[in-house]
Formats: sequence, C-alpha cells, structure tokens
Amino acid sequence: MILFILKRIGYAAPVALGVSLVCFLLVHLAPGDPLSAILPVDATAEMQAQMRAAYGFDKPLPVQYGIWLWKVLHGDLGNSIATGRPVLAEVSRAVGNSLILAASATLIGFTFGTFFGFVAGYARDSWLDRVASAVAVFGVSVPHYWLGIVLVIIFSANLGWLPPTGAGPQGSGNWWPDLEHLRYLVLPAVTMSVIPMGVISRTVRALVGDILHQDFVQALRAKGLSEFGVFRHVVKNAAPTAIAIMGLQLGYLLGGSILVETVFAWPGTGFLLNAAIFQRDLPLLQGTILVLAMFFVTLNLLVDVVQTALDPRIERA
Amino acid sequence: MTTTLTPVEATASAPLPPVDLAEAAPVQAGRGYWGSVLSRLARDPVAMGAGIVILCIVLAAIFAPLIAPMDPFKGSMVRRLRHVGDATYWLGSDELGRDMLSRLLYAGRLSLFMGVLPVIIAFFIGSGLGILAGYAGGWVNTLIMRVVDVFFAFPSVLLAIALSGALGAGILNAIVSLTVVFVPQITRVAESVTVQIRGRDYVEAARVSGAHPVTVVRVQVLGNVLGPVFVYSTSLISVSMILASGLSFLGLGVKPPEPEWGLMLNTLRTAIYVNPLVAALPGVMIFLTSISFNLLSDGLRSAMEVRQ
Amino acid sequence: MTLDPRDRGGPAQPLLSVSGLVKHFGGKGGLLGRGPVVRAVDGVDFAIAKGETLGVVGESGCGKSTTARLLMQINRPDAGDIVFDGEKLGTRALDLKTYRRQVQMVFQDSYASLNPRLTIEETVAFGPKAHGLSAGAALARAHDLLRRVGLEPRRFGGRYPHEVSGGQRQRVNIARALALEPRLLILDEAVSALDKSVEAQVLNLLDDLKRDFGLTYMFISHDLNVVRFMSDRVMVMYLGKIAEIGPADDILKAPRHPYTAALLASQPSTDPAARIEEAPLTGDPPNPINPPPGCRFHTRCRFAADLCRTREPGLDPVAPSHLAACHMAVEGSGHPQAPTLPMAA
Repeated sequence: MILFILKRIGYAAPVALGVSLVCFLLVHLAPGDPLSAILPVDATAEMQAQMRAAYGFDKPLPVQYGIWLWKVLHGDLGNSIATGRPVLAEVSRAVGNSLILAASATLIGFTFGTFFGFVAGYARDSWLDRVASAVAVFGVSVPHYWLGIVLVIIFSANLGWLPPTGAGPQGSGNWWPDLEHLRYLVLPAVTMSVIPMGVISRTVRALVGDILHQDFVQALRAKGLSEFGVFRHVVKNAAPTAIAIMGLQLGYLLGGSILVETVFAWPGTGFLLNAAIFQRDLPLLQGTILVLAMFFVTLNLLVDVVQTALDPRIERA
Repeated sequence: MTTTLTPVEATASAPLPPVDLAEAAPVQAGRGYWGSVLSRLARDPVAMGAGIVILCIVLAAIFAPLIAPMDPFKGSMVRRLRHVGDATYWLGSDELGRDMLSRLLYAGRLSLFMGVLPVIIAFFIGSGLGILAGYAGGWVNTLIMRVVDVFFAFPSVLLAIALSGALGAGILNAIVSLTVVFVPQITRVAESVTVQIRGRDYVEAARVSGAHPVTVVRVQVLGNVLGPVFVYSTSLISVSMILASGLSFLGLGVKPPEPEWGLMLNTLRTAIYVNPLVAALPGVMIFLTSISFNLLSDGLRSAMEVRQ
Repeated sequence: MTLDPRDRGGPAQPLLSVSGLVKHFGGKGGLLGRGPVVRAVDGVDFAIAKGETLGVVGESGCGKSTTARLLMQINRPDAGDIVFDGEKLGTRALDLKTYRRQVQMVFQDSYASLNPRLTIEETVAFGPKAHGLSAGAALARAHDLLRRVGLEPRRFGGRYPHEVSGGQRQRVNIARALALEPRLLILDEAVSALDKSVEAQVLNLLDDLKRDFGLTYMFISHDLNVVRFMSDRVMVMYLGKIAEIGPADDILKAPRHPYTAALLASQPSTDPAARIEEAPLTGDPPNPINPPPGCRFHTRCRFAADLCRTREPGLDPVAPSHLAACHMAVEGSGHPQAPTLPMAA
C-alpha cells in the first residue's frame, strides 16, 4: 500500500510540474505587457524598462520560470498588482469561503444524487427511473449560473426568504457557521449542487444496475438473503466509485465556482479570479489558478488512494 | 505489454462519462451501419424530440433576419423592460428597449457558433493526437498523454476561464480557450479506443501484410475509432454551450451590443426585480439547447450500443 | 509440385528455420525493481521443409501462438534467428517487407480478424493494394481468390463480415492471407472455432490450396485429430519449449515424451470400451512466470525421478528425425526408466 502511494505520488509530481508550467506561461500568453495595468499611460521607455527589471520580466523565459518556481515552492506567489498585497494571503482568505461553498454543494449533490441514482438503478426502466434520470439530465444540462439567477428571482426577489448575494450580513467577507450566515449559503450551495447531483446520480444508477445484474447478487437472492441484505451488498460495492466521483466533483466545483460566485457575489476564489481578470492583475490570476489546480491534483491523488484502500478489487500494483 | 486500467480506476482518474465509451465501440458494423444507427435513433422519441428542438433553434438562428419581427439592435428608451405577452414585443423588451424575441433569435447565431465550433475543432485535433498516440505507442504516446494529463489537472471551467482571462475578452479567444479545454478530453478517448482497435487481429493482419502504417491507420483504424469518438464529442457540445455562454456572461466572450444568450443574461441581471420573466429568458434558451444536445447524444450512444 | 521461381536453395534447404527463439514478456515497469517475467517462448529451434505441413500442438499458454506471432514479427523476439530459404531475416538479402510477402498468417478468431467496416473484397484487396497493385488489379485478384476459397465474388464480395457465416469468414481470412502469394502460411488455430462439419470443409480446402499453390503450412492446433489429419511432422510444445518433434506417424503412434503420451491419452475416444477413467493429465501447466527447475514437465509427470527435478533434458534424437526432451528417451541418462546402454564391455 505504501509502495502504491509512493507510486501515485511519483506519477502526480510531473503532472504538478506541468501544471505549474502552464500557470507560468498563462501570463506570457496575455497580449501586451503584463505591466501595462500598473504603468501610467504616459510612462517613458526608461520607466518601463526599470519596472520590467524590478519584476524580473527582462530575463529569458526559462530563467524567469526557474525563479518563479523557486519562489512558489517557498510559498511566495508574488504580490497583487492591484492591491500590492501578497497573492498567497489574498488566495488563502478566499479559498476558505470557496471550500465551504463547494463542500456544501457536494454534500447536497451527493445526498440527492445517490438517492436518485439508487431509485433509478433499482427501478430500471420504470417511470421512477425516467423521473430520476430526467432529474439527472437536468442537473448536467442546466447552465448553473442561470439557475442561480432563477433561484434569486424566486426566493429573494419574490418570496424574500433568502438574501440574494454575499456571504453574510453587512458584506461579511468571511463565512462563519451561524444561523445568519447559513441563510446566505443556501442559494449558492443549492445552485452549485445540481452538477454533482446529476453526475453522481448517473454514475450510481449505472453502478447499481450493473451490480444488481451480477451473478453474485443473483446467488445471494437465491440463497434467500433479504432485500435489505442485498441492498447492503449493493451499497458496499457501489461506495468506492461513488465516493471517488464525489471527491472529484468537489475539485471541479472548487475550480469551477467562478460563475456561481459571480452571480451571488460570494467572496471566494471565483470572485477573486473575476477581479484579477478585469483588473488585469496577472500575478493574482496566476496564483489563484495555481492554487486551485494544485488543490485538484492533490485531491485526485487522495481520491485514488482512498478508492484503492476501499476497493479490494483494484490491484495495488 | 500495455497496462490496462480497470474501469473503476478509469472513472476515478479521468472525468470520462460514467458509461465507458470505448466499451461502447460497436463491433457490429457493416452495410448501412450508420443507416441502422439512424433508424434506431428514429425510433427513440426522446432523441427525436431533442433533434427537432435543435433543428428549430439552428434554423431560427440561420433565418433570424427573415423571422425576427424587429431590429435586434434598435432600442427605445421609453419602451424598456416590457413584459412577456406585450402587443408589440411578444417576448417583452430588454433593459435598452430592444425586442427580446428578435434578440433571442439573433443571439442563437453567436451562441451556437461559439458552443459548437470548439467541439468540432477539438474533434479533429483530439482524434488526430489520440490516434497518433494510441497507434504509435512508445515515447510518442508517453509525450502526448503526459501533456494531456497536465491539462486534465485543471477543472474545465477553470481552464476555460484562465485561458480566456489571460488572452483577453473576445469571440476568437473564447473559441480558442474552449478548444484547448476539449482537445485533451477527446484525445484521451481517441487514444483509448485506438489502443483497443490496434490490438484487434484485423489490424495485425493488415500490419503483417507489409502495408505502410499510414495506410493501415487510414483503412483499418480510422473508421472504427471515429464513430465512438464522434459520439463522445457530441456529449461535449452541451458543456461547451454552457461554458461558451458562461464566458460571455462573465464578459469574456461576446461584447455588447452583440446579442448572445450568456451576455444577455448578464445585462438583464439588473432587471430581475422589475421583470424577472424577461431576465430569465436567455437562460431558458441556453438550457433548452444544452439539454437537447445532451439527450440527442445519449440517444445516439444507445443507438450505437445495440448489437444486432 | 512446380518449382517456385522465388526458390533459392532447392528442395533440400528448409523453407524456414528458427534457432534460439526467445520471447519474455513483462520485466519492465515497476518503480522499484522489475516486474515478473513471463517466459512465453524460451529457446526454440526447429525447421520447416519446403512443401510440408508442420503441426504444432500443446496446451494453451505453451507458447505456440507466441511462436507464430514471433514468426510473423507481430512481436519482436528477444533473441534468436529466423532464416527463410537460406536468407537471414533482417539482413540486406531479406528485409521485413519481402519476408512478410512470403509468410502470412490465418488467425483463430474469424470475426476479430476481419475489419467490420470493410467489405469482404476490400479486406482481401487491401494487401495487394498496399504492395502497389492498382485498385482494379487488386480487386480482380481479390475476386479470383474468393472464387478459389469457394466464395462466389458476385454474391459475397460486397458483403460485410457480420453478413456471412463463421466458416465463410475463415475462408475470407484464408483468401486474404493468400492474396500476397505467400510461400509459408501459418494457421493459428484456424479451424478451432468452427463447427465440426464446417471444419472438415475448411481443412479440405486448405489441403487443395496447398497442392495448387505449392504452399508450406505451419498448422497450430490443440486438436490432435486435426493435426493428425493435416501434418507431415508434429512439434509438441510445453511451457515455451519443444517437448518433442518428429514425423507425425511416429509422434502420434509412439510418443517418446510422457507429455505427448498424456495429451494423446486425454483425447476422448469414440470407442466406449477404450474410454479411460482417470484423467492422464491433471491440473494446469505451471506458471510460465516461474517455470519449475529441471525438466519443466516433472511437476505433472508420472515418471518423474530425482534427475528430472534437477537437470533439464536437452532435445535429443531418439529415432530417425525424431527428437524428444526427456531423460527417459535417452540411453544412459541416469533415469531409472531410460533404455540401458548396450553392454559394451
């Protein structure tokens, strides 16, 4: 098992390096000068050259990458051009809020997704299956940013039950687990949960259907095991994959939260990205994406290891 | 020897669809293979319904200048945010007093273009790379697939927005970003199908005939790989539509006053208290298109899975 | 048999001779150290004379299919030489493309070996076209060959593999292999998947084609009856090595290797009185990842002596043109059942 973990880390390391390279190159993809956002319009050529040297933009690309990577490994993601504050501080403040949102959404999505998936898988080709499958298709097809707007229209604008935007009262920048903050969480979390719900429900439906058709289940039934007993076997067999998908969905949501966070003005990484893009704050953009992508790589690794630990059928070679 | 992933492992490490498409690669084919797929598809009411909806939306977008009752750009400051069912503006008017119906029809042009084109480009690039990696094997495979792995380490939404954000707003940049998002996904599917096909006896028989590798790929491999890859690609159109409009919604795609569903959804956000129905309309169009593509793709997949 | 213009060494020179052929799978990968090695083919020497049929028998996993794939160069051997009509493969005198025109193979699975998206005539015409024939000429040759294997081109040429029967598909496979005018045809379990009645038809077809085209066959099968019918000589393989090789009559009537004897005894008899109660060969062959020391067969051999567990027997002559790898067959080997040396002194 330890060998297996080491092997997976050995596999993830070059991927992580590649990810850092892509993040680094993003800045150089950008048209124009990365400094154009902070330089005054009438900056002289001499001023430009000075600034370029100050930020290290005058060195050849591989050298710049090396320096940048060295700093990143020491926790230095540079400073935001717009605010001047360290990028890492900005990102770590936002990442907590995003994590709360993504985790709640995953939990909601997982709960409903497995429920619908089990119903559909058990009642294959019945009307229940069709309803559950329709819900799943809805989940993966709906533009969630639009769903967010619709929910705001219904529950905030019309019914006035829940706040439309923000993470807490008086523009609270940090989410806190109390009742007041919880009200702010409901709409964005539900909006976001439809994607994992759809994905998980489709997967679980397929899994349950397959397991129920396998010989060993037929044998259990023939042996006279109660339906509940059979159900327990199905759960045990479906769990590793379902949990793996849930883990991956958490990563997707964390990385893909920008649209929902924009709709709800949720002060997370998505919101930060949005600001970085429109202020052309490239160090902030680079840092945020790097942190999110690295989080995803780590999560992938964890999911792999956990799934292998849970599922005896996967060879730990 | 090639190492094969167990299906469970494959789902965990790759965001492939729950149903393993490579497995769906039909062994059954032959005279009128696509004909028989289409005839099975025609007997699937859900897929047919979805196909008809897509056809209507596409035709409406193409013939928008003929159908649209008004100029989509011409607004009226005194007739802003009319409600749905208005005598002049059947589907109401937007925040600048422009006819919603006309704008929704015209918007289909850019939305469909930006949603479908990246998948088409990615289909060609991804199939090419995947077949090359899968057939050549060795270091070529390692090189291509490791690069694909790196792109898989980014959630698609993040990658699309990161690239668009770095490249700057614009239709072309949005299309490029979305293409980059889908190429690795299609490459991975094309590679795994190619590896499977390459191991079939008929490919080995063709190889031992001494034919040039390019001839073997063209005659023996291509036709058997492109089918499943095509079906997988159609399943991406739905995601692509949502992402493309999402980019415009964020202000990274189409610029005003051009009509586009995602952008309209954004500019109408201020109207959700005044005229919520009109504000939600562009999203309805995105949803309708996206779900129709999803259902059609599902139908196509099960029509291809059926064995004779 | 008319002399083939491509013939070089005359009838006395073997068409194909193989020496020291080795193929191990795996052994690579594994972060720390090497993975397990499967010794699929572990040092094999034999020759096929012009115009003969060499039957190859053995249980699944004995290396007979791997040998065929090595001969076809689908897999590259780790070691060993392949000499075709006096020319060594891989030298300037015999490059891979020339070699492959002269050696072709018919696969076992008639379905998997035909591209589902090509018509039968397209499949047969593929090889000739790849070798530079025009589309029209290639199609004409395809039609000619289809007719030769008993498929009327006008009825069958345009059909797809799933539209014909298993026997007909195997005929297509044979036609495809013949389309390049090979001299040696490797038939890897080519009739094993067919019904008995269809099998007989295809075997007769193969017999006719051999005569008409002056072919040489390497006929791989697990069915001894079929091998008996087809072969001039028989080679018995066990765990990647040759157990016994020699004239078909000798081997099948008077086997010298206990493994061959066991294989023969495990054939179901049509005579109820001759049916045996006890299985002559029990269990599976040992794992080729870790073959037993000494004679590879000793773990399942009734006659195994201490000698067999320690010393590996060589492939030694036991009768005219008959070789066997068994201590029992060699005089004075030290095995209790070995024939004793004639009293010299």
